[in-house]
Amino acid sequence: MNQLASLQIIIPLIAAPVCILVYHPRITWLIATVTSLFSLVIALMLLTDIGDHGVISYAMGGWSAPIGIEFRIDMLNAWMLVIVSGISFFSLLFAYTSIKQEIEESRIFLFYAGWLLCLTGLLGICITGDAFNVFVFLEISSLSSYMLISMSNIPRALTASFNYLILGTIAGSFILIGIGLLYVMTGTLNMIDINTSLATINHSNTIHTAFAFILIGTLLKAAIFPLHFWQPNAYTYAPTAVSVFLAGTATKVSLYVLFRFAFTVFGVEYSFGMMHLDIMLMVMAIAAMIIGSGVAIFQTNLKRLLAWSSIGQLGYIILGISLLNIQGFTASLLHLFNHALIKASLFMAAGCFVYRVGIANTENLKGIGKSMPYSMLAFIVGGLSLIGVPLTNGFISKWYLLLAALDQQAVFIIFIILFSSLLAIIYVWRIVEIMYFEEPTDATRNIKEAPITLLLPTWILVFANIYFGINPQFLTEIAGRAAATLLGTVK
Amino acid sequence: MDLIISDYNYWVVIFIMMTGLYTTLATSNLVKKLLGLAVFQTAIFILYISKGKIIGGTAPILIDQPALYSNPLPHVLILTAIVVSVATLAVGLALVVRIGTAYGTIYDTEIRKQHDAETRAKGNKKA
Repeated sequence: MNQLASLQIIIPLIAAPVCILVYHPRITWLIATVTSLFSLVIALMLLTDIGDHGVISYAMGGWSAPIGIEFRIDMLNAWMLVIVSGISFFSLLFAYTSIKQEIEESRIFLFYAGWLLCLTGLLGICITGDAFNVFVFLEISSLSSYMLISMSNIPRALTASFNYLILGTIAGSFILIGIGLLYVMTGTLNMIDINTSLATINHSNTIHTAFAFILIGTLLKAAIFPLHFWQPNAYTYAPTAVSVFLAGTATKVSLYVLFRFAFTVFGVEYSFGMMHLDIMLMVMAIAAMIIGSGVAIFQTNLKRLLAWSSIGQLGYIILGISLLNIQGFTASLLHLFNHALIKASLFMAAGCFVYRVGIANTENLKGIGKSMPYSMLAFIVGGLSLIGVPLTNGFISKWYLLLAALDQQAVFIIFIILFSSLLAIIYVWRIVEIMYFEEPTDATRNIKEAPITLLLPTWILVFANIYFGINPQFLTEIAGRAAATLLGTVK
Repeated sequence: MDLIISDYNYWVVIFIMMTGLYTTLATSNLVKKLLGLAVFQTAIFILYISKGKIIGGTAPILIDQPALYSNPLPHVLILTAIVVSVATLAVGLALVVRIGTAYGTIYDTEIRKQHDAETRAKGNKKA
């Protein structure tokens, strides 16, 4: 039997305690990075394997489904695994230098151990085909991310982490209740099995309740607009490398859980036909796109601005799903990847500024473009990609989204997409203006460019943004196939 | 009335759950918030366990084909969930300890006052 699926989880899980035993800051960094690289390679191998042979089903411990825990990997899972492990690898490259300044040296080994646990949890959520297993991995990733956020030396990181802990635990508990109710009704925890049993039983109030609990739980974890309270503070005060990692992966993985439950477990006919999830998601998406981007305009802290922009951008992802056609799903899954890439490169660019000026607020950044040109350029390219300018990957996902909206003849939606992009132009331009055209203060004039160890990972991701903007075929093909599997699981 | 008596376990669960959730949201003491959360999670455990229990049923081990048995799986699942809840409480309390040393208080309202004062001080400097 092919053991790749279990290795995907086991390698980071074992590497985490090894980090604690090793203790030495640099060596633990090396362990974490090599582990992430392994995960990325395994995820890519799984992706090609699925491309050639179709769905992989792996029985954990040799116990086959529905009694044992099944790892079921289709195009969508493999796609998520690549995103999570890829972002983890590149943000670890960035972390090496940036963490030194933000965390005491004696605690760095704990930081990387927590990072690996978080990676394990996120990969586990994506790979598993068992509903209860999702909850367990969700809590593994959540608990370690609370710890990662609180490690920053800014006191406010503690309260941000605490608020995230309260809301994250409520979200996790809601998902647990939902899964419990589903188990009560179907007597099984395997996702495919639940789906087949649900088809045979009448839809009672218990199922509706389970659906509602899981929906609210996942939306809360994904920081979708009215349930986003924990997110801006958590991203602003966390160590920058953690912001890069979490912004790129954690909320996306929660959205994946939502998609998985809505499509695979409950089925399209139930979620969208009976419960009208599409209408609810569309309202939330529109609110997120306008309010998220709108609030971002007024932020003075660069990281907080990016956090609010994330809330807006997640709106695009759920908008694609709510349009209920294959282009919409493709656009959603494309933007899942593209936004992870864009936001990671933007947070890295912000991290370069943080490394030099401490707190990246508009006061400290005046005219900094002249003394830090490379970080500045990375931020501009990332910003253009965020707006959706052609030749960047942000354009590709927005283009697909517009096609999907045109297909539904939803003129209003097209207008909203364009309006939200306009807001994005405003908040990116505002920062660019401050950093480039304002007169440098005495403090910013003498600042040196960020060290090469920070610039290199930033620019790798920036080039990836441009590369996937010019050669999108590979991405669109995978996203298209993943979207097809999402629909195919019920038909 | 019948609904209340025959399904009383659910009413108990709902009552405990709401008590926990209310405590978490209403109090400004961070430790009490965590305790509310623990109560909230305990209600979920009772929900699972009461579902797995059949009155008069035995455990389906050591006997060949028992006539009436309770499903052991919910209990096992909840064992996992209890571990998760204990871990959450531990992380939460550790955070409260660090918040206590950093701010000198564990009251939400006091912490917010300090944040506001900080923001105001910054605003004054600018002006």
